[in-house]
Amino acid sequence: MEMKVATVHIENRPYPVKEDENLLQQCLSLGFDLPYFCWHPALGSVGACRQCAIKQFKDEEDKRGKIVMACMTPAKDGARISIDDPEAREFRASVIEWLMVNHPHDCPVCDEGGECHLQDMTVMTGHTYRRYRGRKRTFYNQDLGPLVNHEMNRCIQCYRCTRFYRDYAGGRDLEALALRNQVYFGRHQDGTLESEFSGNLVEVCPTGVFTDKTLKQHYTRKWDFQTAPSVCVHCALGCNTIPGERYGMLRRIRNRFNGAVNGYFLCDRGRYGYDFVNSGHRIRQPALRKNRQAQLHAVTGSEALQYLAELLSTGSEIIGIGSPRASVEANFALRTLVGPGRFYAGVSERDGRLLASLLDILKRGPARSPSLHEVELADAVLVLGEDVSNSAPRLALALRQSVRRQPREIAGKMHIPHWDDHAVREVTQGESGPLFIATLAGTRLDDIATQTFRGAPDDLARLGFAVAHALDPHAPPVPDLPDEAGKLAHAIAEALKTAEHPLVISGTGCGNAGVIEAAANVAWALCHTGHPAALCFALDECNSLGAAMMEAPSFESAFGAGQGVDGNVEMPATTVILLENDLDRRADTMAVDRFLTAAQHIIVIDHTVHQGSARADVVLPASTFAEADGTLVNNEGRAQRFFQVFVPQGDIRESWRWVQDIMTLAGRNKGAPWLNLDHVMAACARDIPELEPILSAAPGSGFRMEGQKIPREPHRYSGRTAMSANASVHEPEPPDDPDAPFSFSMEGYSGRPPPALIPRFWAPGWNSVQAVNKFQDEVGGQLAGGDPGVRLIEPQSDSGVDYFRNVPPAFSRRAGEWLVVPLHHIFGSEALSVLAPAIAELAAKPYLALNPKDAAELGLAAEASVLLQLGRNDGADRGMDYEIPVQLRAELRRGMAGLPAGIPGLAGIMLPAWGRVAKKKSTRMGEGTAP
Amino acid sequence: METPLTRNISPGKNPPDLARYEKAGGYAALRKALRMSPDDIMEEVKEANLRGRGGAGFPTAKKWSFVPMGENAPHPKYLICNADEMEPGTFKDRLLLEGDPHQLLEGMIISGYAIQADIGYIFLRWAYKLAAERLERAIGEAYRQGYLGRNILGTEYSLELHLHVSAGRYMCGEETALLNALEGKRANPRAKPPYPQVSGLWGKPTVVNNVETLCNVSHIVNHGSGWFKSLSRSGDGGTKLYGVSGRVKKPGLWELPMGTPIREILEGHAGGMRDGYRFRGLLPGGASTDFLIADHFDTAMDFDSMQAAGSRLGTGTMIILDDRTCPVGMLRNLEHFFAQESCGWCTPCWSGLSWIEQILQDLEEGEGLSSDLERLQAHARLLGPGHTFCALAPGAAEPLQSGLKYFRDDFERHVHEKRCPWR
Repeated sequence: MEMKVATVHIENRPYPVKEDENLLQQCLSLGFDLPYFCWHPALGSVGACRQCAIKQFKDEEDKRGKIVMACMTPAKDGARISIDDPEAREFRASVIEWLMVNHPHDCPVCDEGGECHLQDMTVMTGHTYRRYRGRKRTFYNQDLGPLVNHEMNRCIQCYRCTRFYRDYAGGRDLEALALRNQVYFGRHQDGTLESEFSGNLVEVCPTGVFTDKTLKQHYTRKWDFQTAPSVCVHCALGCNTIPGERYGMLRRIRNRFNGAVNGYFLCDRGRYGYDFVNSGHRIRQPALRKNRQAQLHAVTGSEALQYLAELLSTGSEIIGIGSPRASVEANFALRTLVGPGRFYAGVSERDGRLLASLLDILKRGPARSPSLHEVELADAVLVLGEDVSNSAPRLALALRQSVRRQPREIAGKMHIPHWDDHAVREVTQGESGPLFIATLAGTRLDDIATQTFRGAPDDLARLGFAVAHALDPHAPPVPDLPDEAGKLAHAIAEALKTAEHPLVISGTGCGNAGVIEAAANVAWALCHTGHPAALCFALDECNSLGAAMMEAPSFESAFGAGQGVDGNVEMPATTVILLENDLDRRADTMAVDRFLTAAQHIIVIDHTVHQGSARADVVLPASTFAEADGTLVNNEGRAQRFFQVFVPQGDIRESWRWVQDIMTLAGRNKGAPWLNLDHVMAACARDIPELEPILSAAPGSGFRMEGQKIPREPHRYSGRTAMSANASVHEPEPPDDPDAPFSFSMEGYSGRPPPALIPRFWAPGWNSVQAVNKFQDEVGGQLAGGDPGVRLIEPQSDSGVDYFRNVPPAFSRRAGEWLVVPLHHIFGSEALSVLAPAIAELAAKPYLALNPKDAAELGLAAEASVLLQLGRNDGADRGMDYEIPVQLRAELRRGMAGLPAGIPGLAGIMLPAWGRVAKKKSTRMGEGTAP
Repeated sequence: METPLTRNISPGKNPPDLARYEKAGGYAALRKALRMSPDDIMEEVKEANLRGRGGAGFPTAKKWSFVPMGENAPHPKYLICNADEMEPGTFKDRLLLEGDPHQLLEGMIISGYAIQADIGYIFLRWAYKLAAERLERAIGEAYRQGYLGRNILGTEYSLELHLHVSAGRYMCGEETALLNALEGKRANPRAKPPYPQVSGLWGKPTVVNNVETLCNVSHIVNHGSGWFKSLSRSGDGGTKLYGVSGRVKKPGLWELPMGTPIREILEGHAGGMRDGYRFRGLLPGGASTDFLIADHFDTAMDFDSMQAAGSRLGTGTMIILDDRTCPVGMLRNLEHFFAQESCGWCTPCWSGLSWIEQILQDLEEGEGLSSDLERLQAHARLLGPGHTFCALAPGAAEPLQSGLKYFRDDFERHVHEKRCPWR
């Protein structure tokens, strides 16, 4: 956007500002402390709270001036304003006094205390003495579900909550009700907030009305958290987070602003999934057994390693299976231990193919993978085959902003500033720019879609191919395309090519290579015809792309390697090391079973128990993201470093450290052993040149500010000398951290660290999350010094890459069989977050979605139990039977059935797959039954 | 003395139906207007110096002039009649709505033509049941006669007109809150700019005019701006509906030349104070205007003179305070109304007004402190124009600040005597 620099005089001194931006944002960007409530950099100005009042003067002669709201006043060249003016100060103090009239004095027992914007602003304005003698108004608080706590008495009616929830995030069930000093921000009745972004209310609310309900279970004040910059592990978008720990327990996740990625907001899976770290399913101690019939028994780390040394000295072949949810470094370490030839990717053959294909598309093709911020700037979007609200939720929130791009131009033409939120919304009247959604079933973005299309994976692919052909006749045509789909394809092509920033979104969500290839064709056709398009793929896991970049064969090829002609697995003397991977979620249970039975020894390095770890001979407890450092590559191809938040108890260690020890014991070190993460990264950069840039994702372990490390504990950290006094009165020495430029203490550099190393947002006078203002060059813009992360993949500027030509035939129904497709759920489909109790409460329950006509044909009513029989991928007769209730979904194509992907009870089913559905005689409802 | 607005009105009787209205010369102005260009009508209204009768006195033609005109103007454009008369002490629009609905319709059609509006709404106060009934009937008659709908009287001009009965909130009288309410949203005011003429109802050009304002338009078109100005005793054109309520001999409503002095209205038309009551002060134009006292009796009731006297003409319907009524109690009652009607959007209004009410309540109950008077004084200043999002709170501050000025002793007596001296 073009910006003119203007000069504004503040207290009679000239300052450069961006013309027509609002004065509040500009004053804050200049470093002035001007209090505010209703304004939010992502939500814009509405002028409700009146807290940012300043004086504006007509000219040098004008000594009286008039009070204006900085947030509603555009910065004009030559404007003269005063923040310090006594009348403006008095008015701002009055606003706080008015707000405090009804605000309870419950800071000591309020979860917001110590990081409360209202506290900060109250101190900033100097209001200290209570003059109001009347009664305070009180409200009834609602049960808003397991994620968000509601305490309405604290409300200051700033309207941020409903503006975020409804206007920004598209939620419907939180409203401003009633009026005067009794506006009630709540639902029409108690109940779980429906929006998958509800947790942001905790950070958007300037005081303690909406607080983190999971934190309440194990509450700690902001100043008592040990924190470090981290990256979310619950999908592939790589949102930046700040996890907080106290007493060895991970207690919450806060958003870590990254202007290019998540901005100010997280999804609820990312915010609340953290509790898996504290879960009873954690592997906390090494365990081993010397024969398969015995139980695993706990041992010390050195005992486990000793046994491993014996095991590995027998000379048996070792193969390693990596993981898309483990860091680049962990995967690389295992690859080094076993050698690239015996290292297998931790994904199924099918998923591996999809990942390789889309990696290839991004590397060879002309379309660029956009950051989430760039997604917000897109002005025409095609979503092909991906239910992003469930598979990459923060991306859905970004799309809710991109559909506003085109309508906003109307406001621009009327000279309504982009930040004047209500005026822009009045003029644009909730209109949405082009967004076409072609998916298996309905999505939560359908309310803003220009048009939706529902079909089987092959039909979605065909629509995509048709769009590409409509854009560029060189792209292959789609034979026998129904008229309606043809018209839609043309409409989509028209919208994309008339846009300035067209965007195509697809992903691995429907498990179909054709869908991905079709999406690539659309983006490439745009690029080839002079419309540079972005191409965004949603992937399943936090390091799907990073792991895929190691280009290892799928673990299923390891199965095959040992399989004899008669189908019996023969793997003499093979030891399998399984890294942070639950194979049963990824492949046919029986195939996994045969493979693990055949393996001579199974070594599992993981942080959470699963069927594989239960069958292991040796189990080594691995660190979670909160207990380790490492690098993850998100769906954009952005490598981002996460840092250890706290030192876990017992023998829990980083996966790569276990691998390093095994290498040493087995005499497999090629060079000097790796002593810290830098060494692993350096080796990785050397061995896999494509990953070389990860070195610059963040400063290395030797980085110091003024000769000091950056403290993980804030300056006000309390009880350091007493917190373990029940065990020993001697204050323990802070643990050493060889891997990161952070200390596990309060000591260290107290200034502003580089952007990738910000452990928390906190600044003098700014104790709340709004302190992020002080870490940006321009408030709302990128972090000072640039947003963290480094892109690994850039497009080939028109590379002449050829279109994909495998246009699949149209889906056709089979008699007596249904194409069972995966339906993703934000809560339930991801393995780790579902171990967090709050998420588990919201997780999807098993169901089989059917078109009502199909259901009627089968004589099924909603909720009736059916027997689903899925054929095995290898064509064996004996399939898997599941008894599940039916859900009627009118938008589902006939002949298709939907099954929730990866949820407890239905994990490890490779979909899409053909299955038979039969009416269940008994009315007993149950989960998946064993084969 | 001519009384164009009320000439057809006989209180207590049915309003003229279409035939009677036409017989009395009705819709002749519309026929004439449709032969004029929109610009000419705007010019005539401008010449007539018609100022908005809703209370702010903004020149009507000037308001219209900001509407985008011509072929490239966005459509549909809207004309809205603000009939949400909820200002305490005000009942002037009610008379016009109930007494001569066709006069309003004719004014709206002509005004709609002047700004080339496509759709009109009458936003009616919920409690005006009789007006709703009569307007419905009149709208039906007008449609049947071809005064409304497609191609009015065979011309190119079309206007659809709807009656919208409000849910009943003072806030809805604020023109932008009215627009939000019409759109089915919370009746919160909108930020200006953009002004409704540019981005109003559903984001389209919109003019919101008061009932009395619109009723004047047909007469201006019929008789010309010169005639209209000659009706007035001041620079503002036309007649004005003036009302008086309180302990006077003949409370009521009269159509008089604009600029008639207070004394004439109060002592002449309203017959002066009832026996046994002495005059103490008056709110000249509804509850949200500053108190005036006997010193102001010779002030003309027009926009500029009232402003010069330190108050506002407002709706021109005065409320009289007598010596047997406690001024603090009267203010408590008024501020209770304003606090209750605050939409809850901006802090000074939703919190400040309820605090004011609380202090006045304390004073009335003998629990006031002298520091409370300072608080009231400060609030009267802090709720001034520009400090709040819309004019509701500044309006509420007007009787408070002037009440503190003129009745200071009464406030102090409440504090010192620890009771309300009138109880």
